[in-house]
Amino acid sequence: MALTLEEVRHIAQLARLSLTPQEEARFQVQLSAILDYAARLRSVDTSAIPPTASVLPLDAPLRPDEPRPTEVGARLLGQAPEAAEGMFRIPPVFP
Amino acid sequence: MPNLTALSLLDASDGLRAGDFSSVELTHACLDRIQALDAVLCSFLFVAPESALEQARHADQVLRRARREGAPAVSRLTGIPVAIKDVLCVQGMPATAGSRILEGFLPPYTATSVQRLLDAGVVILGKTNTDEFAMGSSTENSSYGVTHNPWRLDRVPGGSSGGSAAAVAAGLCFAALGSDTGGSVRQPAAFCGVTGLKTSYGRVSRYGLIAYGSSLDTVGAFARSAADLQPLFTTMAGHDALDSTSLPAPVPEIDLGRGDLRGLRVGVPREYFIDGMQPAVERGVRQAIEVLRSLGATIEDVRLPHTDLALPVYYLIAPAEASANLARYDGVRFGPRRAGMDLLAQYLETRGALFGPEVKRRIMLGTYALSAGYYDAYYGQAQKVRTLIKQDFDEAFRRLDLIACPVTPTTAFGIGQHGDDPLSMYLEDVFTLPANLAGVPGMAFPVGYDETGLPIGMQLMAPSLGEPALFRATHAYQSVTAWQKERALR
Repeated sequence: MALTLEEVRHIAQLARLSLTPQEEARFQVQLSAILDYAARLRSVDTSAIPPTASVLPLDAPLRPDEPRPTEVGARLLGQAPEAAEGMFRIPPVFP
Repeated sequence: MPNLTALSLLDASDGLRAGDFSSVELTHACLDRIQALDAVLCSFLFVAPESALEQARHADQVLRRARREGAPAVSRLTGIPVAIKDVLCVQGMPATAGSRILEGFLPPYTATSVQRLLDAGVVILGKTNTDEFAMGSSTENSSYGVTHNPWRLDRVPGGSSGGSAAAVAAGLCFAALGSDTGGSVRQPAAFCGVTGLKTSYGRVSRYGLIAYGSSLDTVGAFARSAADLQPLFTTMAGHDALDSTSLPAPVPEIDLGRGDLRGLRVGVPREYFIDGMQPAVERGVRQAIEVLRSLGATIEDVRLPHTDLALPVYYLIAPAEASANLARYDGVRFGPRRAGMDLLAQYLETRGALFGPEVKRRIMLGTYALSAGYYDAYYGQAQKVRTLIKQDFDEAFRRLDLIACPVTPTTAFGIGQHGDDPLSMYLEDVFTLPANLAGVPGMAFPVGYDETGLPIGMQLMAPSLGEPALFRATHAYQSVTAWQKERALR
């Protein structure tokens, strides 16, 4: 199944990726080929098969919710492109 | 003084314990060899001589004290120089994941797997090259250059942990860590003629591993033999409160055995011997299976009927998980930023400019597979077929201890050979993806060389937490053969 250029642009927007016109054209061809290949899964009868999201035999374990000291916080903020007053700084959401 | 970088890890450890040479000398030998060879190989992205020598001096103190007091409690890893794939965080070293979107990132903490090695006294030489965010089978997708295969420089080392495999193969370090989401330890181990372990899902903590496909990601390791890998595995494995997906199961003693495989039941799946595979690979693997038989193992046919569906399942599930995991790279909290007039424009520009083509392709693919209207047809169906693939293994391991098969259909392919054809590159992973989908461990190791001198790899797979059987069988094989003793770039 061939993706349209419109669909490629829509996916890129959902994925928060700006693409050049050349990238859009290349991904249109390549993603269509990969999705064609993946389409062979549709012929498998899975009506009675449960999905596998994780191979782990356990449910997500819980630990007591106890505060602990950490030194990582300040170092994390130090990795930001821009920080101010102990917070990450971003451009305006509405310009 | 022997040629230090040609020693096995265990021989190097013996020499350190006996005081034949020091960890500082061993570390210098590795650093010198990196200096001499790595401009060509490009296996390291970052080398840390000062911190490595500091760790070596500390290890020498520990070793001296142990000799003086006759204390046996020194780890096999104390003073051993190793390398770390650049998807694992090590405090004090950059972590790029092979991507420009993490250029300059200094992780604020160390991965649990690495910390456990440091606690045992290893020397960390630096960080090794990887396909961007571990997405690839050749290291050609790294944003920082292509790693070359030490056996033939015009060939890829495999990927995504190609830097770690090449570094071990070239004798630049005694062992290296990697990660395996769809074959990223086993395939480069096969291409570079070293021994590589993909651990069971949940066996080794992933705290500090940069996430790619979270239901598939595992930490693994490379060394020159199973015996050399053993101390790495037992040191890294085990529950970690910082990783809720790490298994609480106790870590078993690994008994390498005495080469007797009587009682071991090994299955050979016909689905892993396909049309179009390189004859030398099939021949090498079948001969290795005969060696296992001669050591006492029972060899039998087994069916894994859904094998051919693993590739389409993987290339929907892994990109879907990647598209979620990589949403965090947005120019807000770490890495460089490309300015935009508002927040959305900053996201679009930063991610568009700094992710490479394969990463963008997989994010797009995953976003599509998860999007409204397509979820059930793609991601949902892939998860159901994953169940069938896992059931194949469950069924096989009801009567088998191990499965033996090739790691790859061919030996190392040429740099640039797959051009701009992603699907043909994905087909390289056909024999390694099923283990990740089923969560089972696998060991890859050399079983011969093709007519051009490139290594041939065999893969053993075991049920979840079945690493002891992988070690026992691989060590038995390596005790009666010598492929793993061949050295590239002598």
